[in-house]
Amino acid sequence: MLDKFQLKLKSWIIVSAAVLFCVAPTACTEKKEEADTASSRKLAIQNAGSDTMVNLAQAWAEEYITFNPSVSVEVSGGGSGTGIAALINGTVDIVNCSRQMDPQEMDKARLNTGKEPREFVVGYDALAVYIHKDNPLNEITIEQLAEIYGENGKFIKWSQLGIRHTGCASDEIILVSRQSNSGTYHFFREALLGRQRDFKLGTRDLHGSKDVVELVGRTPCAIGYSGMGYATEHVKMLKVIKTAGETAYRPSLETALNGTYPIARPLYMYTSGEPAGEIRNYLEWIYSDMGQKIVEDIGYVPLPREDRVKVLKHLETLSR
Amino acid sequence: MINRHRLETLTEPIIEGVIRLCGISSIIFVFGIFFFVFQEGAGFLFSELDVVEFLTSPEWYPTSVSHKRYGVLALIAGTAGVTVLAMMIAVPFGLGSAIFVSEFCTPKIKEAFKIIIELLAAIPSVVWGFIGLTMMNELIIEVFDAPIGLTVLNGGIILALMSVPIIVSIGEDSLKAVPDDYREAAEALGATRWQIIYRVLLPAAKNGLLAAVLLGIARAIGETMAVLMATGHAVKIPTSPLDSVRTLTATIAAELGEAPVNSDHYQVLFLIGALLFTITFFVNLIADLIVKGIRQK
Repeated sequence: MLDKFQLKLKSWIIVSAAVLFCVAPTACTEKKEEADTASSRKLAIQNAGSDTMVNLAQAWAEEYITFNPSVSVEVSGGGSGTGIAALINGTVDIVNCSRQMDPQEMDKARLNTGKEPREFVVGYDALAVYIHKDNPLNEITIEQLAEIYGENGKFIKWSQLGIRHTGCASDEIILVSRQSNSGTYHFFREALLGRQRDFKLGTRDLHGSKDVVELVGRTPCAIGYSGMGYATEHVKMLKVIKTAGETAYRPSLETALNGTYPIARPLYMYTSGEPAGEIRNYLEWIYSDMGQKIVEDIGYVPLPREDRVKVLKHLETLSR
Repeated sequence: MINRHRLETLTEPIIEGVIRLCGISSIIFVFGIFFFVFQEGAGFLFSELDVVEFLTSPEWYPTSVSHKRYGVLALIAGTAGVTVLAMMIAVPFGLGSAIFVSEFCTPKIKEAFKIIIELLAAIPSVVWGFIGLTMMNELIIEVFDAPIGLTVLNGGIILALMSVPIIVSIGEDSLKAVPDDYREAAEALGATRWQIIYRVLLPAAKNGLLAAVLLGIARAIGETMAVLMATGHAVKIPTSPLDSVRTLTATIAAELGEAPVNSDHYQVLFLIGALLFTITFFVNLIADLIVKGIRQK
């Protein structure tokens, strides 16, 4: 009886597997055709540029499809420079930029396309420097951070920073970093060391913003960097000083926004001339609560309400 | 009856064919995978990569802006360090419990023991990694007064726990394969239990036990997720068990997802894959030859 049942079960499994094999490929091709016909009807916005922003841009694009199914946003990375080059050549609708366009680039774009590039700040990127809560250090300068994290940097002991860290018997600074192709890693490296210098070898490279904070919270000797939203009660956020002698600032939405916190930068989008039609609508959506919520979800700093209202008012005057 | 016989003569060759295909397919898959992995990295290997630097430099800077460097020596040292330490822990424990299970247990305890050991093998590696990242980290900091607990020691202990089940089950099988005549003869000569094990069983089963250890090593070298989380993932040639390291497998896991397809970095990661494949292939080959040695006896 049992054998018979098992046999039956087996044959069912085989049959269903066979059906799956036969059906699956055809199902896929049908879907593709559907997508092809749909895209011919759809308007596509070309969005390229910064690798740092590519996750954010992708998240926006995916969410916008559900908000407005008739428009698809095609996102690609390649770096801010690549994106700006595309804007100059007129092959892209919106450029993502993690830096401001310089005047020469502006001139070129004006000359080539006959339109003035328009700048939109769509969010901010700020990184907090974390240490264990028992560490007596409260503030740090960018130069000190560079000596701690940079290749051939001279700070390897906490005492070299002029503190006595009793919780850390070995006195060794344990560097916690991110895996080398993370955008956070690149931004932090550039903010500290510029483009020419690399991090020290031997940093503990973790695979997520949350993991960094988690490890620092459990390791008295550690120092690490991560988005400021990840703070827990086991860690302390350091105040950061731009150059020695200046005031130290805690990372917060405000200090990131007014530029006093040094490891923060605005994230830009550029359009060729004033945005119109669907491009305008897309930007308007990015400045909406829904779009800014995604900025926060990805780990960046959303814009303050008054800034958004200003831009939205301006967008209101443009043709839909 | 005759009908049924006919049906069988018809189905027999079909089933035989299917089984033969299954057998060949695994060979095709193995070579296919190696070919694919190697092919992805081959372009860079034959054009720009300095192979000597690749194998002897400890500097791993795949995403540097000014000066990209691809040296995997520190990663090889990391893999070797963690694996050696894991085996130093796993081999005595694994072989010890194999001897216990096969020689000293009553059948009832033996069953329970084997089930529990198999349960140890069923724990997913992410869970092991998480234990390493949280519990073991704090434990090592406290016990050894180390600045950080994500170390060779941490990864080694976790890998040891992961490879013990393999060593126990294969080791126990090979001890069981020693004929009872040997035991009886030794006992008749007046040998104590320890003498029987040390002088008779271990030499008789040594090939099987060696294979068990080698398979344990292969498991330890190939493990990814647990070591990624437990070793600290730091590019550094370890000088003590309390140093953080990074392994070959963990590097691929951490970086492949975000390396642009067909970039130099991407191709180097595939070359690391081919390197790993070669290492585990040789470990498995040696294990296989030794197991074959047993069968011929």
